[in-house]
Amino acid sequence: MTIRVQTEDFDMAAEYRLLCEAPDGDIPGAVVTFTGLVRDRHQGEPVTAMTLEHYPGMTEKELQRIYDEAMARWPIRKATIIHRVGRLMASDQIVFVGCASPHRDAAFEAARYIMDFLKTDAPFWKAEETETGINWVDARDSDRSALNKWQKS
Amino acid sequence: MKIMYFAWMREHTGCAEEQLDLPESITTVADLVEHLRQRSPGHAKALSNMDVVRVAVNLSYCTLETPITNGDEVAFFPPVTGG
Repeated sequence: MTIRVQTEDFDMAAEYRLLCEAPDGDIPGAVVTFTGLVRDRHQGEPVTAMTLEHYPGMTEKELQRIYDEAMARWPIRKATIIHRVGRLMASDQIVFVGCASPHRDAAFEAARYIMDFLKTDAPFWKAEETETGINWVDARDSDRSALNKWQKS
Repeated sequence: MKIMYFAWMREHTGCAEEQLDLPESITTVADLVEHLRQRSPGHAKALSNMDVVRVAVNLSYCTLETPITNGDEVAFFPPVTGG
């Protein structure tokens, strides 16, 4: 298990290789990774940079909770969550989620589950720098409605 | 009690965190919000619409009805926008 909140960049290839090394020596069979990047536009307006703030202590606790829920729901061998904080430029990497499992369905679903809940529950906030000033990004209703697909029937 | 504000809420209150000796009359998050609104116009503005504010007590999400005590850490922040 790897959960990291950091200012420095991460190496996707290195994180992928770590996910391929199953703890018990078994080959995982499927590794799904997601990487989020800083967009250069927000609602049509150019964005040059953004600053990511978070709530130290609670961020790690929420990421751990989301991770534990994903592990309880799917047969995941290994998972990694990395989120950057501080000032980032357009096209910089912000977030990485990777899941290794015996088969692809669990890896795809667990990675998406972790990202969906990270978006709505992990206490991070983005302030974007545009030509007109610095604006706090508003939460999106679509992020919240994305959780509906994970309701257990 | 330690009280924390994040993102645009911090800009309104003018402080990232503050200490409060909790009066006995305050027993829930809702009571605390009402008390903090009296601290400054900035506090009143930050806490004016609790529909767009999330609250955590001791690092866990909670509701306005959650009971609080003097040793707690209470954080107020806007809906999150990471990822």
